[in-house]
Amino acid sequence: MIIFWQTLAKAIALGSIYAIMGLSFVIIFKGTQVLNFAAGALSMAGALFMSILVVDRGFPFLPFTNPLAPADGETAGLALWIVHLVIVLMIAALMGLVIERVAIRPMVGQPLFAMAVITLGLEIAIRPFNLDATAISGRSIGVPWGTETWEIGGAIFPKSYLAAVVAAAIAFVAVFFFYRSRFGVAMRAVAFDQEAAMAQGINVGRVFAIAWALGAALAVLGAIFFAMSPWPPAGTVSLEIHPIWVFRVLPVIILGGLDSVAGAVAGGLIIAIFEIFAGQYLSQWTSILGPGYSTIVPYLVMLVVLLVRPYGLFGTEEIRRV
Amino acid sequence: MLEVANLEVVYNEVILVLRGLSIEVPEGNIVALLGSNGAGKTTTSRAITGLLDNHEGKVTKGSITWNGKDITHTKPSQIVQSGIAQVMEGRRCFGELTVDENLATGAFTNKAGQKKQYERVMELFPRLQERRKQLAGYMSGGEQQMLAIGRALMAEPKLLILDEPSLGLAPLLVQQVRDVIKELNADGMSILLIEQNAMMALSIADYGYIMENGKVVMDGDGKKLLGDDDVKEFYLGLHQGDDEDSGRKSFKDVKHYKRRKKWAS
Ligand SMILES: Nc1ncnc2c1ncn2[C@@H]1O[C@H](COP(=O)(O)OP(=O)(O)OP(=O)(O)O)[C@@H](O)[C@H]1O
Ligand SMILES: [Mg+2]
Repeated sequence: MIIFWQTLAKAIALGSIYAIMGLSFVIIFKGTQVLNFAAGALSMAGALFMSILVVDRGFPFLPFTNPLAPADGETAGLALWIVHLVIVLMIAALMGLVIERVAIRPMVGQPLFAMAVITLGLEIAIRPFNLDATAISGRSIGVPWGTETWEIGGAIFPKSYLAAVVAAAIAFVAVFFFYRSRFGVAMRAVAFDQEAAMAQGINVGRVFAIAWALGAALAVLGAIFFAMSPWPPAGTVSLEIHPIWVFRVLPVIILGGLDSVAGAVAGGLIIAIFEIFAGQYLSQWTSILGPGYSTIVPYLVMLVVLLVRPYGLFGTEEIRRV
Repeated sequence: MLEVANLEVVYNEVILVLRGLSIEVPEGNIVALLGSNGAGKTTTSRAITGLLDNHEGKVTKGSITWNGKDITHTKPSQIVQSGIAQVMEGRRCFGELTVDENLATGAFTNKAGQKKQYERVMELFPRLQERRKQLAGYMSGGEQQMLAIGRALMAEPKLLILDEPSLGLAPLLVQQVRDVIKELNADGMSILLIEQNAMMALSIADYGYIMENGKVVMDGDGKKLLGDDDVKEFYLGLHQGDDEDSGRKSFKDVKHYKRRKKWAS
């Protein structure tokens, strides 16, 4: 039973991170109809920035020290860490703006497939910067709670689990309010009927920019919370894991429906539950794939859902292309 | 005052749709723009409001001037900001947005006046008040038309372009749309009313244009056009006397035929 509760907590925590990542995809897709394949490199760049800022007390590629950083030999306290997180998210939003301006806006009107390929090109173009910034191996993200855990009735819960759930809740609430804000309403209008939105005087370019800014910030938020202690490369931003990890979110958004906020959250939790439980239990019963089940099962779930509901659990039935 | 002078519009670089169209909408007037299917009415509206780009269309000749300023190649958002709003053909409400949210999109360029205009719209269309939180996609055609008009009013326009607002509406609703247009005009708004329903449009228009194949083929005072036999015959099919020719093809044909008759007699 202890194992079960631990497994469930892990699934919910991972599901929360998937949900954040899913929201990132959904916002960008809703606003611009583009599936952002650059999410891996982009989110990793943001996580690295966080690590360099708060652990190395510097700036990537620049010979400055971070004036806000914790004193030598100390890790940042919670408040200081959150301040840095907010700064990094703002920088991430800025990166989203630049990407939109440089690579997406000039492509408006081109086939969506071409746009998706452009984002894939970005993924590859951003990676060398990440490589250069990391030098060699994984880096710590400098969380104040490090690898600390809570013990409840014999079960052990890393504090990072709760952090992930809180981050996802905040992300969800932020997106919820954004959707009802002036620009959120404008974005949904553009998604529904771009020409009619233009006829209302909505500046479609600005809507694209906001979608990318918000989407990039969410991607980085997800990556940062995935770089904490219990997750695969021992709580670090890693070149091996992070870029690939983002593609594991693909089943999440396809399951939830590409353009649905509720779908991103539900999809994240469902996929994570299947993934974690398959890893925990299926692997014990048979030795054929070992831990491989946790990788395969999410895609199987996605496949089954797609057969029954091609537009996902919550997606708009007919996705319009204007 | 809106002036469209010698406008030529081409789609996809080859399809010439407007061939030297000239119309005027003087301040405070209701101007009707009539014509059969495919005459180029919607294209005219797109050209004025900067939406041709969306259809691979281009203005290749002529100009559009709004209160003395050339707006021929201006962005749609700036055109709305300068005081021209439109009710698009087919309503085009945002189906996945609520009534309130649809209205909010109309005020995108008019944050300052949003509250005031919202109250004005609710006063004009009390039905919308009851449906404020409903998704626009689930409303009836008539309600959607009211919403589309209300949405355009949120921008607080000086000139309102309506593209076939009576399309698909029951007579009573057509009447209501007509009354609303009159009321808006009485408050000083200029109106460019694109219609197939010539009788409705001309009954309230100060001036009317009849276009065909991308050109104006006849124009004149609303009352005069309304009384014109050619217009009547073409739009209402009121065949008079010894008219045995039933193969009416276009307004021009009617006119030629008539003229020939007059000349021959
Ligand atoms: N996007 C487009 N690409 C190519 N041709 C177009 C396009 N839109 C309209 N046309 C053509 O331009 C001509 C005028 O169309 P338009 O929609 O302006 O007519 P209309 O007067 O509004 O007709 P209706 O009363 O049926 O709405 C038509 O022959 C139409 O086929
Ligand atoms: Mg039309």
